[in-house]
Amino acid sequence: MKRTISVVLVLCLAMGLCACASSGSGSSKKLVMATNAAFPPYESVEGNEIVGIDADIAKLIADDLGMELVIEDMAFDSIIAAVQTGKADIAMAGLTITEDRKQNINFSDPYTEAAQVILVKTTSSVQTPDDLEGLSIGVQIGTTGDIYAADIAGATIERYSKYFEAVNALLQDKIDAVIVDREPAKVFESENPDLKIIDDEFTVEEYAIGVAKENTELLDNINASLKKLKESGKIDEIIGKYIKAE
Amino acid sequence: MSLKENLYLNFIKDDRYKYLISGLGNTLLITIVAVVMGILVGFLLAYIRTTHDKTGRWKVANLFAQVYITVIRGTPMVLQLLIVYFVIFASVNVPKIIVAFIAFGLNSGAYVAEIIRAGIMSIDVGQFEAGASLGFSYTQTMLYFILPQAIKNVLPALGNEMIVLLKETSVAGYIAMNDLTRGADIIRSQTYSAFIPLLMAAAIYLFFVMIFDSLVKKLERNLKNSDH
Repeated sequence: MKRTISVVLVLCLAMGLCACASSGSGSSKKLVMATNAAFPPYESVEGNEIVGIDADIAKLIADDLGMELVIEDMAFDSIIAAVQTGKADIAMAGLTITEDRKQNINFSDPYTEAAQVILVKTTSSVQTPDDLEGLSIGVQIGTTGDIYAADIAGATIERYSKYFEAVNALLQDKIDAVIVDREPAKVFESENPDLKIIDDEFTVEEYAIGVAKENTELLDNINASLKKLKESGKIDEIIGKYIKAE
Repeated sequence: MSLKENLYLNFIKDDRYKYLISGLGNTLLITIVAVVMGILVGFLLAYIRTTHDKTGRWKVANLFAQVYITVIRGTPMVLQLLIVYFVIFASVNVPKIIVAFIAFGLNSGAYVAEIIRAGIMSIDVGQFEAGASLGFSYTQTMLYFILPQAIKNVLPALGNEMIVLLKETSVAGYIAMNDLTRGADIIRSQTYSAFIPLLMAAAIYLFFVMIFDSLVKKLERNLKNSDH
């Protein structure tokens, strides 16, 4: 028994040392990106990797700046705090530019357009955003959907940790609608024949990269990099890879 | 931003403190109902388990109780909550607070069962024999002599379970329940303050843990009066 325990302990120690060794390697400077990898096609987990539009764009920017990209997956509502406190250098998570957020972090130039849409079951009577009054609406905590849902008269807002949990609740008739970004909504819709997207877009907005207020040098570099990538068509290429034109 | 501005932004502006108040209400409600449910379930399970151990009766019930305790104690609370919400109540629509009562109550029941069982087992077997020799049945002996002493012995452990449960309810946000932690999360998601809402929520939890603790201590002291 004692021997088993010591073997296990030694193994743990060895694994810990290996982990240290691997994280210590790599001489170039790291660009830590905070994201919430439950937001396809912008970011999602595939195997051990985080893939998607944001991840690919970040990789190009990191390469351009001669940095090594490290992606940290966390709760969406922790992302801005992570950038503010220096736990991450950039926030890239389908992050919409809003006035409130601008007071806490700086945003780069926008890199793509987005929209909030309403996802309901095919049997739902909801036709336009106005029909949401008085219904129970699922959102992901801290997202723009959460902010906009607060303005709907008489609506009950159910704040889930992840979009797919809100979608699950919708499928089980626990809530009446989910407000979610258009592209993820399309992914959810394609996976569940019981769901449909309301044609009227709830809002139109732009995604940008969040950087800490004091880190203006990085912000300038990112903007320069984004400009180059946009001009060379690389950004459109990445977006086209994940979002099929209709 | 100064501390004062920070406090204003996080709690006063747009009545944000209300998220904490309503969250606290839900947290306390879930805790209290789950504690009561946990004690009922726990008693039942402990009674089955000890009766089996002492008399050899109730083999099937005992097996069920053992499996229940193993499964509940062997899986994380947050998974149990998600399973109750998304799997067990998949097609039935019950208010989320009821889901929370059931998930936390059933979870607590497994822990309380072991606590009470330990209490019953701590009572000298001679007391069962004394009861029997005075003409009391097994059930009567259990109810009149064993359980009152057992509960007194395990009261600190039960109080501890209640404190653990209060803090455990902080995962209720996973089913979009507005508990105290989620209340702080909502404020955080609106103000992007990294820690003020969290510190406030932590302070509120601590405050209530201390109240619970002092209540249990008081109860213990009162019960001690009968020790002579």
